[in-house]
Amino acid sequence: MSNEMNKIRVPTVAEMIANNERPDILFWVGCSGSFDDRAKKISKAIVKILNYCNIKFAILGAEESCTGDPAKRAGNEFAFMMQAIQNIELLKGYEIQKIVTGCPHCFNTLKNEYPELGADFEVVHHTQLINQLIREGRLLLKGGGKFDGKKITFHDPCYLGRANDVYEAPREVLEKLDAELVEMKRSKAKGLCCGAGGAQMFKDAEKGNKEINIERTEDAIEVNADYIATGCPFCNTMMTDGIKHFEKEEKVKVLDIAELISNAADL
Amino acid sequence: MISQLLFIVLMVVGFGFFIFNISKIRKNISLGKPLDRSDNKFQRIKTTLLVALGQKKMFQRIVPALLHLFIYVAFLFTSTELIEIIADGISGSHRFFMNKLGWIYVLLISTIEVLSVLAFVSTLYFLARRNLLQVPRFKMSEMTGWPKLDGNIILYLEIVLLVCVFTMNGADEALFLQGKSHIAGSGSFGFLISSFTAPYFFSYFDVETLIFLERMGWWGHILVVFGFLNYLPYSKHFHIVMAFPNTYYSNLNNKGAFNNLSSVKEEVLKMFDPSFDPYATPLEGEASVPDRFGAKDVEDLTWKSLMDAYTCTECGRCTSACPASQTGKLLSPRKIIMDTRDRLEEVGANKRNNGPDFKDNKSLLGDYISEEEIWACTSCNACVQECPVSIDPLSIIIDLRRYLVMEESKVPSELTGMLTNIENNGAPWQFAQSDRNNWVDE
Repeated sequence: MSNEMNKIRVPTVAEMIANNERPDILFWVGCSGSFDDRAKKISKAIVKILNYCNIKFAILGAEESCTGDPAKRAGNEFAFMMQAIQNIELLKGYEIQKIVTGCPHCFNTLKNEYPELGADFEVVHHTQLINQLIREGRLLLKGGGKFDGKKITFHDPCYLGRANDVYEAPREVLEKLDAELVEMKRSKAKGLCCGAGGAQMFKDAEKGNKEINIERTEDAIEVNADYIATGCPFCNTMMTDGIKHFEKEEKVKVLDIAELISNAADL
Repeated sequence: MISQLLFIVLMVVGFGFFIFNISKIRKNISLGKPLDRSDNKFQRIKTTLLVALGQKKMFQRIVPALLHLFIYVAFLFTSTELIEIIADGISGSHRFFMNKLGWIYVLLISTIEVLSVLAFVSTLYFLARRNLLQVPRFKMSEMTGWPKLDGNIILYLEIVLLVCVFTMNGADEALFLQGKSHIAGSGSFGFLISSFTAPYFFSYFDVETLIFLERMGWWGHILVVFGFLNYLPYSKHFHIVMAFPNTYYSNLNNKGAFNNLSSVKEEVLKMFDPSFDPYATPLEGEASVPDRFGAKDVEDLTWKSLMDAYTCTECGRCTSACPASQTGKLLSPRKIIMDTRDRLEEVGANKRNNGPDFKDNKSLLGDYISEEEIWACTSCNACVQECPVSIDPLSIIIDLRRYLVMEESKVPSELTGMLTNIENNGAPWQFAQSDRNNWVDE
């Protein structure tokens, strides 16, 4: 599909080690990033940024497995523990020191729930890494991209925001674009969930009078956003469905911060 | 002399019954599972000062925050006046501290009077909010019956208390102006509000009526205080006590971090251990049957969750921020906490009346909280974020889910597939793990 010019380079840890190399950072792709067609594009955008900045990274590839987050939130501590113990074993074996995730759920579990089980590595969310790369001048946005006169609003993922108090990194990144960053009436610590957390992604909602993602999409439409920026593959799905519900696909685009930045930097 | 005796009896009974009720509640909270919150003492004190004493989280909503602050500060200052009431009550003196403190006394009582006016206005507004204005979070199904009455009783008691304070000070001022107060001398006390109100409201009464009114105000005040004190343990208003320990013991970790069940960890480690013999007799000290996984009833919850239940003042900020509740689902985080308290009171009473091993064949899950409620949660932490006194409804919800899933295998059918996939192929969807990096070349 892709031509040789913008072909992405994604080594696995096993390949690197075979070449007597070690990654500086592991890109934890996550199940959505690996298997969901929409989220795969986000994974590619993250990789383009990592490639552009010449980051020595690797993925686990076929050795990666679910962190156990949805199992834990669904109350199945056994399934979670099975995943966690095996993942930690693997990561320790590869002496991984730092991980970047494309998903706040993986981020939260690896960062907060694995250490007690023996994990010892730094974990960052991709918006934090992107923010750092921009700050260090390693990632340059040529004139701020193609967003002149456009409005972007950021939907805080619960597991990045409230769960881990990361509110500023994604906003600092978005402020680098030549767009206007507008806040929805509920944002940051008061941000409304997209409806997918706590294993809801994998089941129908309980009986009610509205879908949560519709309620949240209304917030975004209310501020006349041209782009809804997300930092979570689940939120991305929920907001995209919300925009479809209101038949506003032409007017409002739902993109991950990694995609917005990779577009803006012409990667 | 008789009134002094009466006062002392009243005081002993008042405080005694309060302490008796507190020890009952203490016992109920200690029915919970252990949880270590003895770390980070400095950080915990800081959190308590900011969140409980400083009411930091209340100020997310400015109007109720200010009105609540007036009542709260008035309460704190009036409590210092209580010291004088007790001194007068026991010794038979009148305005025990007036001559000892001089102008400081005038300043203190004036402050109390000004705050009392503010508290009076706030209380009227709060009564209107609860009963006349359409505030959605006070109109939900869990807020009918006793919780609604409870909220109003507190506000009515406040009105009575404040009327007593002003009757007492106003009548006394009128008496003092005539040199007929129980304290020597004559003139004006110089209290900011009563020196202004006395000529308007109290100058028409004769001395006997004024003495009666002053005594009525004084006794009314102290009776309401003792009544209030002993009403607290039965009421949502107990938050004025529990807010302090509850914020002190609040979770200091990232809100996204759910606890890992060590019992499950041990079981899983045994599964991975090839040398483990499942038929071996358990080592000494090792439980042969592990604890129940998750929570079915209040005793399966941690003591902190039980403390949460006694701390809740049913303000409903959690529920009004809950995405499930906002979209018409059955879940209300406030109801989860209220149910936990109601059930804990029931379990505690059962144990006191029928012995510690008594079972009533009821449980928190099922008889109080339904499966539909707990499955509606998105674990978004909005309820935890909103609570002004650091209550964590989410950890109760997750503990209940854990019981349902691990002990009863009751999982919504779509989730069964997700869980099986994770176990079989390491992803919530049915994709082969070996295909995990196919995206790279697509």
